[in-house]
Amino acid sequence: MTSISETIYRHTRIVRIAHWINALCFLMLLMSGLQIFNAHPMLYWGQYGADYDTPWLSVSGGLPFQFTLPGYRDLGAGRNWHFFFAWALVINGIIYLVFNLINRHLQRDIIPRKEELKPAHLWEEVVHHAQFKRIRGSRAKTYNTLQKISYAVVIFLLFPLIILTGLTMSPGFNAIAPFLLDIFGGRQSARSVHFIAANLLVAFLVIHLVEVVVAGAWNEIRSMITGKFVVPQPKALAEDTQ
Amino acid sequence: MKDFLTRRKLLTAGAITLGGLALSGCDPLSRSPDFRSFLKSGEGLTMGAQRALMFGQPLAREFSERDISPKFKANGTKDPKTAAYQALVDSNFTNWSLTIDGLVDRPQTLSLAELQALPARTQITRHDCVEGWSAIGKWRGAQLGPLLQTAGLKPNARFAVMHCADNYGGGKDMYYESIDLIDGFHPQTILAYELNGQPLEVSHGAPLRLRVERQLGYKQAKYLMRIEIVERLDSFGHGKGGYWEDRGYEWYAGI
Repeated sequence: MTSISETIYRHTRIVRIAHWINALCFLMLLMSGLQIFNAHPMLYWGQYGADYDTPWLSVSGGLPFQFTLPGYRDLGAGRNWHFFFAWALVINGIIYLVFNLINRHLQRDIIPRKEELKPAHLWEEVVHHAQFKRIRGSRAKTYNTLQKISYAVVIFLLFPLIILTGLTMSPGFNAIAPFLLDIFGGRQSARSVHFIAANLLVAFLVIHLVEVVVAGAWNEIRSMITGKFVVPQPKALAEDTQ
Repeated sequence: MKDFLTRRKLLTAGAITLGGLALSGCDPLSRSPDFRSFLKSGEGLTMGAQRALMFGQPLAREFSERDISPKFKANGTKDPKTAAYQALVDSNFTNWSLTIDGLVDRPQTLSLAELQALPARTQITRHDCVEGWSAIGKWRGAQLGPLLQTAGLKPNARFAVMHCADNYGGGKDMYYESIDLIDGFHPQTILAYELNGQPLEVSHGAPLRLRVERQLGYKQAKYLMRIEIVERLDSFGHGKGGYWEDRGYEWYAGI
């Protein structure tokens, strides 16, 4: 069996390092973000919003502190964690973007090609995904279209959105870039969008982890650590590709 | 399919273990003063970046009358219980005065009437609590910058420390705050005696509170008694430059 298995170099070093730094930052930002949310677990639309105004979301008593960082009520510590990892996330993200735009990884591997976006092709992929079937053979060497779309949404939409809405909540940054208040419709709207974007990133993470398992957890995780990826062989050739 | 489920279970178990480790590992870190000051390096970056981007000292957004919150939430101390403050309330603040001293050439003492006689600035701005809520109100007061110029700053003056009449929660520490001279001379930094056209209520800091509009709510010190100009902050409270700073919040509250 080993004679026909093919190993490719899938992820460059910069992608692998950026991926794991980003994963750590996201986990820390999510949990410290929930700590900050718990200080006033209500969300509003508009420029202002406080106890006398009408929230669109209200979590009475807040979320359990098992999910927050720190694991007990401490807004000051939560903010320290959040802003530290926010800087780490932004610096890591900028390095990732600069390198992968220059080496054209983003343009080549992440942005879907025109023919991939045809409805018939997309539908075929949706059906394939719904069956939780592992992609095998040469098609496993590149990202599939749904995968590309979801990565592109995360990289070019959700992370920029969550960073910009985070900055829009800063009274200091409001003085520097007041137009952000107009783009998002106010500080409280920005706070709501920040929360929604965080939830969408969690949804992405859940699907991402499920797909890692479908595609072969050990092979996928190893490829993101060492870069080496064993291409799953078509079923007819090999039953045990793990 | 069988081994798929097994692997998924393994991965789930692994994720839960990792999550648990993250949680249990981070709490001792959160409680370690050394690690907290390491995390707080983010504050230095934030302040440095924001100050570098604040060309020409831009103003905080000013809103129109129709943007004003129907009811402006009061937070922190809402009614200082000290005998000294209650006596001021009883006198309708006619016995109250503001002292400006420390590293100045001409220490000042101003009554409320004298402050109200100075050129006033009115601004409709958003108050952002560190907890996450916001309220918009119309403030009126005297700009701090001209008052500092009248007092005449000594060359080593760096910060303005606000001494307040309240002790939050009835504790032994009096509320205090501090700003540097960049914010001290910002045109929107005012000593406010009116909110929404009415004299400041006790819950909002009567008779005088600071407005430093590009920072969070805990910087907007209420119940002002004295502004002391200093070179260093470490001799006040627990040395971090403010009541809440001493309890873990950032001194630079621009975010």
